[in-house]
Amino acid sequence: MSSLIQKFNKTFGADMAGPVIAFVVVMVIFGLGADNFLSLGTFGSVAFQLPELGLLTLAMLLPLLTGGINLSVTFTANLSGLAAASVLQAFGGVDASGGAFVIAVAAAVATGAAAGLMTGAAIAYTRAHPILVTLSMMIFLRGLGEFLTRGGDVSGFPSYMEPIGHGSILGLPIPLLIFIACVGIWQVLLTRSKLGFGLLMIGSNVEAGQYSGLNTRRIIMLVYTLSGVMCAIAGIIMLARFNSVRIGHGESYLLITVLAAFLGGINPFGGFGRVLPVFVALVVLQLLSSGLNLMGANQHLATALWGVLMIVVMAARTIVSSYFASRRKKI
Amino acid sequence: MRRLMLGHTTEFTLFAVMIVLCVALSFATDRFFTISNAFDVLNVSAVNIIFAVGLLVVLISGGIDISFAVAASVVQYVTALAIAYLGGGNWAEGFIIAGAVGIGLGLINAALVYKLQIISIVATISTFNIFFGLLMFFTKGVSIYDLPEWLTTRVVFYEREMSDGSWLELTLPVVVMILCCIATWFMMSRTTIGRQLYAFGDNPEGARRFGINIGAMHYISFGWLGLMAGIGGLMQAHYAEEVVPNALYGRELDVLAATVLGGARLGGGKGSVIGCVLGVLMVSITQNGLNLMGVSPFAFKMIVGAIILIAITLSSARIDKLLPFFAKGKIEKGQAQKREAH
Repeated sequence: MSSLIQKFNKTFGADMAGPVIAFVVVMVIFGLGADNFLSLGTFGSVAFQLPELGLLTLAMLLPLLTGGINLSVTFTANLSGLAAASVLQAFGGVDASGGAFVIAVAAAVATGAAAGLMTGAAIAYTRAHPILVTLSMMIFLRGLGEFLTRGGDVSGFPSYMEPIGHGSILGLPIPLLIFIACVGIWQVLLTRSKLGFGLLMIGSNVEAGQYSGLNTRRIIMLVYTLSGVMCAIAGIIMLARFNSVRIGHGESYLLITVLAAFLGGINPFGGFGRVLPVFVALVVLQLLSSGLNLMGANQHLATALWGVLMIVVMAARTIVSSYFASRRKKI
Repeated sequence: MRRLMLGHTTEFTLFAVMIVLCVALSFATDRFFTISNAFDVLNVSAVNIIFAVGLLVVLISGGIDISFAVAASVVQYVTALAIAYLGGGNWAEGFIIAGAVGIGLGLINAALVYKLQIISIVATISTFNIFFGLLMFFTKGVSIYDLPEWLTTRVVFYEREMSDGSWLELTLPVVVMILCCIATWFMMSRTTIGRQLYAFGDNPEGARRFGINIGAMHYISFGWLGLMAGIGGLMQAHYAEEVVPNALYGRELDVLAATVLGGARLGGGKGSVIGCVLGVLMVSITQNGLNLMGVSPFAFKMIVGAIILIAITLSSARIDKLLPFFAKGKIEKGQAQKREAH
């Protein structure tokens, strides 16, 4: 048994245990409980719902790894979507050409990056707590969005936007493919790049990072800018999926993204964590809500169970680690 | 006096900014600088101040709580149902039920943080989802409108018609808010428990070695916030004359921002009731002033957000970098003295 655990840890990493166990438990419970759970339909719906929450979680991930947090992700995403929407509207709405789409995407990414850069600069130069800066940024962006849209929807987009939200290639939904590509980029960024090393270093010990010659300010600014860019991608996907932009879209995802990241083994104080366990944790969360949907419960019960799952995983971590600690003491 | 000012820089800065803001607003609009408008601002911000002083205790003790606003919604709903079940009820029963349910929900958070060693932001984000999810699941999002008469009738302690025909009213939420502030102030600065909470927030390990009961600190701080959330929830139901399950959703982050604006520090050990009240009032006054100036309501939140962003960013920058050079020496001396005192 212990050699099996060791082998698992060697292949997937110790932080993979929580999400994988949760995955197995969810599959077994719903596989037995709901007779049509283990079907292509379930996985199809998970595959379509995963990307929005997933991309926002990726946006949350980098700041969390530096020991910060980005509470403005959902509103940055919607504001970026709004930037894209207004460009498309300016080029004729439904009749906008392909070139307009490119400009729209560029506008969205620029908006996201600008919001992220502002946040990052405020955090890097004033050393204010990231919760506070991003929280006030969130209130500001929400207000700005409501001011620009008057609280309403912006809709009417060209028909070629449709596949980005609903189309599929070889049976795989396009949003899912985009999401998987982003997961890949983040994985490479964290494990193979100077920035990835630097941001993990900042998360575990800022002072040590500074003394070893890291430009911590530049790294923090880059991290929040990249987070903003990821928000922009999420914003474009949401625009295509709902075929409209409203500043309140996906508002309830905000705290769920933090939950998903912690469930995926991200250290709450920063410095340690990987992308793949977070990906598995996201799949678990979506499977849980799809399974409950099949059994006739609504999304709110799923939200409550997400919270319970989180507490169970965190409590199990505490209990397991204190068990090992007490065993080590005896020896 | 100088020591008082150096010890409470945030509060005094905030107070000064508020006076400047009030003076500017009273020149910009003629309705702003009236006593009845001041009472309007108090009436509107009463519930938020009740939440804020509760949150302050948790922040001082080094924790954070995201779930209190949703907990207050749960309290509202449970209290409304319990009162209907008891067949009417009255204010005393209302307060007891709301307070007890609130404390209960707060103690759940405390147990998660203390017994299971989950850090407070993770634990309270989880309970936020659990409380809200279960509330919406069981209530199906249905609001309660037929509240008993005693709960929805306005209770006015003092009223008076001003010479310009406007009414000056001191209502129940404001009186309860003042009582909550006094109680919190008394607990935090005049009792051993309060001083222990400050010590625990500043240095948990030091406090533990000093013999402070760490478990009790968790239960007291989260329990107190639970009590305030319960009372605040009841007051909100009284003020709005209805119970809507998602009415308070999202309030937690606004209150958190206002509390921190008032000088409470994330990470614990710092903060005061006065600062916290000033923080909430600052936001309300800005909104009230913008309203009277005829600014579009859609622009409110943006401007308030920008103000909070600037204020928090500036207050976190080292204060001596922003002050002119003659003030620097004093502050550094003050800090040096403090360090020696420690």
